[in-house]
Amino acid sequence: MSRSASWLITPLLLAGIVLVWEAYVRAFNVSSFILPPPLEVWRATVVLMQDPRTYWHIWITLLETVAGFAIAVVVGIVFGGLLGKIQTLERTLNPLIVGLQVMPKVALIPLFIVWFGFGVTSKIVLAAVIAFFPIMTNTILGIKSVERGHREVMQALNAGRWATFVNVELPNSMPFILTGMEVGIVLATIGAIVGEYLGGNQGLGYMAVATLNAFDVKSMFGVILLLTILGLVLYFLVVMLRRFVTPWHESVASGR
Amino acid sequence: MTVHKPASSVGIKLKGIEQRYKVRNSEVLALTGVNLDIGAGEFLVLLGPSGCGKTTLLRIIAGLLRPTSGSVEVGGQQLWSGDQRNDAVMQELGVVFQDANLFPWMTIEDNIALPLKLRGVPKAQRRKRAAELCALVGIAGFEKRWPRELSGGMRQRAAIARALSRDPHILLMDEPFGALDAMTRDQMNLELQRIWMESGCTVILVTHSIREAVFLADRVLLLSPRPGRMDTLRTIDIARPRTIYAQSTPEFQTHEIELRQRLDTFA
Ligand SMILES: Nc1ncnc2c1ncn2[C@@H]1O[C@H](COP(=O)(O)OP(=O)(O)OP(=O)(O)O)[C@@H](O)[C@H]1O
Ligand SMILES: [Mg+2]
Repeated sequence: MSRSASWLITPLLLAGIVLVWEAYVRAFNVSSFILPPPLEVWRATVVLMQDPRTYWHIWITLLETVAGFAIAVVVGIVFGGLLGKIQTLERTLNPLIVGLQVMPKVALIPLFIVWFGFGVTSKIVLAAVIAFFPIMTNTILGIKSVERGHREVMQALNAGRWATFVNVELPNSMPFILTGMEVGIVLATIGAIVGEYLGGNQGLGYMAVATLNAFDVKSMFGVILLLTILGLVLYFLVVMLRRFVTPWHESVASGR
Repeated sequence: MTVHKPASSVGIKLKGIEQRYKVRNSEVLALTGVNLDIGAGEFLVLLGPSGCGKTTLLRIIAGLLRPTSGSVEVGGQQLWSGDQRNDAVMQELGVVFQDANLFPWMTIEDNIALPLKLRGVPKAQRRKRAAELCALVGIAGFEKRWPRELSGGMRQRAAIARALSRDPHILLMDEPFGALDAMTRDQMNLELQRIWMESGCTVILVTHSIREAVFLADRVLLLSPRPGRMDTLRTIDIARPRTIYAQSTPEFQTHEIELRQRLDTFA
């Protein structure tokens, strides 16, 4: 599909969804407590946006997500680098890693709250823990998928382990790491919000719960709209990073 | 451009080289009975049908593959001691692989100057040397491009430039000109002869072209098909520097025809 076509179709699709929503609410006379019509949600959102406390909650969620994500990126690349390079380390730690990956991290939230309190720290930790895995596994994959010919070039040049890592393994992993980061930022956002659902009194996740408890369903939809926009902005920022970090890669050349 | 003279050239001794590859649960004998003294500063060309073990032999000499049996001696020192490669022996090695093997995340310039970077040469100097080498192999003006923006032949030339950047004592080339058109190939052959004569390095080059072999070689080693054995070792004593016109002399043609006749018996 050409670029201009997708620019046109995406908004049309969005408009279509809103129209179906409106039509459904009208046709079946759905109660505003269950599914408010789009226009009411929009008004509630505007009201929310005029309240300075909303920005405080947005800021908290943003902080938790970005901080957790940043930790996940650093720790994920370091661990992935170590595990990718040192075979024995990966073999010994692999069962543990798989186990941790399979474990539902959300179940840990009460524990995190006990350990780190009701404040932002427990949410940052949760966001980091969830976002860490795809970044780490993709780093390992990137390091292992260095072409044999590329390794041989470095071998023929008598390059050491560090030189090989910096010049070959790390850049070769970048497209993989970025894919891990695209998944990771979404997971970090989810982690922060779920953390807020379950404990504390700040952030958009808390706001969603608070509005629901107050039977203010249209405001809750407004909060969800804000959350979606926040998530989208963060996701596309990470996607844009690709252009700057791997300008050499085919995925950038073809315009993706 | 100037070709930097290496401190010294080195000879290579191959003794009883044999290579078996493990393929699932069977073994393939790829190469056997290679005994050869390659003189310091010699230009040796490996010739033979596809799959006869030319790349294998080159990888063994480069120290990328430890032969199943036999020994490799470089400049009087053993390349392998047990399982361990003697890295010090392979200090100044230039390798051009059958595929260009450029790093897609480095510009052409950075690819060419990578051997210098690993050696700690400052950036400005690396850039200057990369520009010289680009001019030498005929890709001047492409220094800042990504490898994917070059044609196959141009990438191969960049790979040659990379191999030359560190002024190697030993230059190993696996069909380096296979992807080039006939005209460029003749030109590159002349350039290679000049570089080799000025630098005095030891060159081992693999090719499928008998003409290229005769044109470049001091000696041509013809390998027989599987398993690869030393079939013919032919000294080419045509005066240097050889010009393209040397190819039309009866002497040249005799070498060419006799090698071709031998090669044809393999088919
Ligand atoms: N890694 C490997 N594992 C198993 N067999 C191999 C391996 N590499 C090479 N061989 C086998 O060894 C033989 C020699 O291969 P080699 O690549 O040295 O041939 P070549 O003379 O370079 O051929 P070409 O002219 O086509 O490049 C072939 O029969 C090949 O199948
Ligand atoms: Mg080969």
